[in-house]
Amino acid sequence: MIETAGVGAAQDLEIAEICARFGNDRHRMLDILLDVQEARRWISPASMDAIAAAVGLTRIAVEGVASFYSFLSLAPKGRVTIRLCDDIVDRFAGLDAVVAAFAEELGIAPGETSADGAFSLEYTPCIGMCDQVPAAMINEVVAVRLTKARAREIAQRLKAGIAPGEAVLPGFAELGVQERVRAQVENNIRQAGEVLLGPVMQDRGLQAAMAMEPGAIIDAVEASGLRGCGGAGFTTGRKWRFAAGTQADRRIVICNADEGEPGTFKDRVMLTERADLVFEGMTIAARAVGALEGIVYLRGEYRYLLDHLHAVLEERRARGVLGQGFDIRIQLGAGAYVCGEEGALISSCEGLPGEPKTRPPFPVTRGYLGFPTVVNNVETFAHVARLLDQGPGWFHAMGTERSHGTKLFSVSGDCERPGVYELPYGQKVRDLLALAGAEHAAAVQVGGPSGTMIGRDSFDRCLSFDDLATGGAIIVFSSQRNILEIVDYYMSFFVHESCGYCTPCRVGNVFLKKAIEKFRKGQASDEDITYLKELSGTIIETSRCGLGMTSPNPVLSSLENFPLVYAALTRPSKDGVKATFDIQSAIDGARGIAKRRSYIFDKDFSK
Amino acid sequence: MTGESFVFHIDGVAVTAKPGQTIMEAADAAGIYIPRLCDVEGLRHQGGCRVCTVKADGRSVSACTQPAAPDLKVENDTPARNRVRRDLVEMLFHEGNHLCPICEKSGNCELQAMAYRLEMTVATRFPYLEPCRELDASHPDIALDTNRCISCGRCIRASQDVDGKGVFGYVGRGIHRRVAVNGADLAHTDAAVTDHAMSAAVCPVGCIIRKDEGFRVPIGSRHFDHGLIGHEIEEKRE
Ligand SMILES: Cc1cc2nc3c(=O)[nH]c(=O)nc-3n(C[C@H](O)[C@H](O)[C@H](O)COP(=O)(O)O)c2cc1C
Ligand code: SF4
Ligand code: SF4
Ligand code: SF4
Ligand code: FES
Ligand code: FES
Repeated sequence: MIETAGVGAAQDLEIAEICARFGNDRHRMLDILLDVQEARRWISPASMDAIAAAVGLTRIAVEGVASFYSFLSLAPKGRVTIRLCDDIVDRFAGLDAVVAAFAEELGIAPGETSADGAFSLEYTPCIGMCDQVPAAMINEVVAVRLTKARAREIAQRLKAGIAPGEAVLPGFAELGVQERVRAQVENNIRQAGEVLLGPVMQDRGLQAAMAMEPGAIIDAVEASGLRGCGGAGFTTGRKWRFAAGTQADRRIVICNADEGEPGTFKDRVMLTERADLVFEGMTIAARAVGALEGIVYLRGEYRYLLDHLHAVLEERRARGVLGQGFDIRIQLGAGAYVCGEEGALISSCEGLPGEPKTRPPFPVTRGYLGFPTVVNNVETFAHVARLLDQGPGWFHAMGTERSHGTKLFSVSGDCERPGVYELPYGQKVRDLLALAGAEHAAAVQVGGPSGTMIGRDSFDRCLSFDDLATGGAIIVFSSQRNILEIVDYYMSFFVHESCGYCTPCRVGNVFLKKAIEKFRKGQASDEDITYLKELSGTIIETSRCGLGMTSPNPVLSSLENFPLVYAALTRPSKDGVKATFDIQSAIDGARGIAKRRSYIFDKDFSK
Repeated sequence: MTGESFVFHIDGVAVTAKPGQTIMEAADAAGIYIPRLCDVEGLRHQGGCRVCTVKADGRSVSACTQPAAPDLKVENDTPARNRVRRDLVEMLFHEGNHLCPICEKSGNCELQAMAYRLEMTVATRFPYLEPCRELDASHPDIALDTNRCISCGRCIRASQDVDGKGVFGYVGRGIHRRVAVNGADLAHTDAAVTDHAMSAAVCPVGCIIRKDEGFRVPIGSRHFDHGLIGHEIEEKRE
């Protein structure tokens, strides 16, 4: 390394100080880079050299991390960055007009930074505000229910030099930490259930757990039938038993608050209203498996919750229910859906790019820094605290034969009452739609893009692990919506979020998206349907992690449940010429060179 | 590794493995070739190309990372497995720019050889992504053309683990992920042509090119002109 020396030594003091704040520990790389991003508005080559020197890594290793996360930038960003959610739900709610208003006021298009370095305008996938769209992040401040007029107003205030918080909510500065959270974002709790969103008694589950042997806690969690709420539905008690049973000096409990699946926002509500319960569940898990360290992996989009969560942790420490052996730190993410996958999440906590890990070994035997690690969803931990208070039998009695207790559903899209619903497992889709005022739904995306798209003939199916398993996202589409536009958007989401580690997901999803575009342009033939299925099959079969294994689901489930949509857009190939082959554009170049029209293909010589 | 060796089956053939061995390691020792691109002897496993995907007791796994287990039934050389592998190899061809007739690696190239082995003969259905990445010819002895890169990461692991240098690394995410060097360009790294990472055995394709070797061995007398990729392993079989 030749080129590091000498570059702005004075300037690098700030970087050295940031690195020192995290003990010059390479495992805290993400924290370091987030702070450098905030201080400098980008991660410059000189900054990367300085960080590399401080933590003892190569510059390319630092660049590998810095270039992975959407919220870190290798080019200078504006002092204020406006990130608009461009999910299909926001588009259907009028995103275009909002973008136009920001673009006009700030004089920049999405993807650009203003010449004076004041503003950047960007698109970002779902920020977890699907029940109050269109939504945006303005630095870390969240702005919801945007309209053209509101966007204009906010942009004008920002241009006048008003800070993002005040620009979005006048009076913001006077609000307390918790008030700010609730002022920015609505909870929209539409149905409180018995377990989570109804009344809960503070610390009761933990008190019960403190009186139990660790093994007995695991027995109780297993007996309750609780299964993970993050999507995969693994039996929580069994997961803990594996971690507890592995010989190790250290064990770690991680709460997965990455909530990146578009259409999911129930963890946001839990962290707002039941943060204490979630931390209580983590503390119980720590006792059960013998962990002293806890990490909450909070998605970067939920940065607005950070001060509030720190305050709740602080209050728990003051109360003596945290920090007596076991303590929790919050690891902020930086814009990467794949970091919700538990291996990628652990990589990210370790200061690496958010790439899934090779399995086996599984996190319960070798996870964070090689130690046995339990990763559970936010909601799962909250259930744990409640079932220890009320007893596993109480929990087990709710729900269905293989899905016990209640589940939080995040309902968004074309419905009258978008928001969070806590219901026992086993409800019919139709019943949830009725509660949400979505009786006229034509299509429902159950479980987000990685889940299943169903039509009216499937609305009697049940929301449980036996039938329609879901992490809780229910996205409603009316008959006005174009199914293929939705599928196309979801494929662009997966292309954007693939980590790129393995061939099928990195490359195959790009091809799948291109194939859907072909259908949308009316250029597809019957063979393209076979192509979609075969390509999807290869991606699912060979992908390295759950992202690639589920990314073709929008295509496959729409093909299965809305075959007519595809049939209407395919046309038989004429004369064996591929429908995609457009002779007019193919001969355009030749026309230019010959400076005349084609005698064969341009029939009309008069124009 | 300690412990008793055990037996499992690949396409009906009994294979002996030691605890800790991957399916691929055990297969290699038994003279059964499982196609691969990112895995190479002497370097840590990556499990990224997925060309080695096999079915083990009905589950798809990458043979280069999956531990062998007693009584496992592995499906390897079947039309279904090879069709999926062909898809993956085609994806790699279409992700980069591959013009074999003008490529220095032709005949020694593992991607090309894999296409032959998997009988990639009919026209592919995939679109071309046609990347346009700058050629790095800054180094006096080595040129780097990542337009042909298949992201196998072999150069990264070789430089880091064998040479102890870390000349290469991945940057970016998803389809934009690519191999980059530890400096402004290759000349501004501590890369040397004598590094293991720069040797012909490391980069499976024609990305890392040693400058004075061009076409020294004529096309027709090159490595894979003498046999299909994997034949050395298959010849070990009794
Ligand atoms: C691409 C991908 C994204 C995921 N995102 C999340 C997430 O945001 N939150 C979550 O709890 N689990 C997510 N998961 C599931 C986790 O890998 C893991 O199974 C879960 O956190 C375990 O917790 P649970 O058993 O309590 O559900 C994701 C999985 C994949 C493959
Ligand atoms: S499936 Fe996709 S996200 Fe998962 S490891 Fe492969 S490239 Fe990364
Ligand atoms: S790298 Fe291999 S496949 Fe690519 S052009 Fe060269 S010889 Fe052909
Ligand atoms: S440059 Fe060669 S060795 Fe390195 S990742 Fe690319 S293909 Fe593999
Ligand atoms: S916030 Fe836009 S879809 Fe979730
Ligand atoms: S050889 Fe196993 S994934 Fe590449």
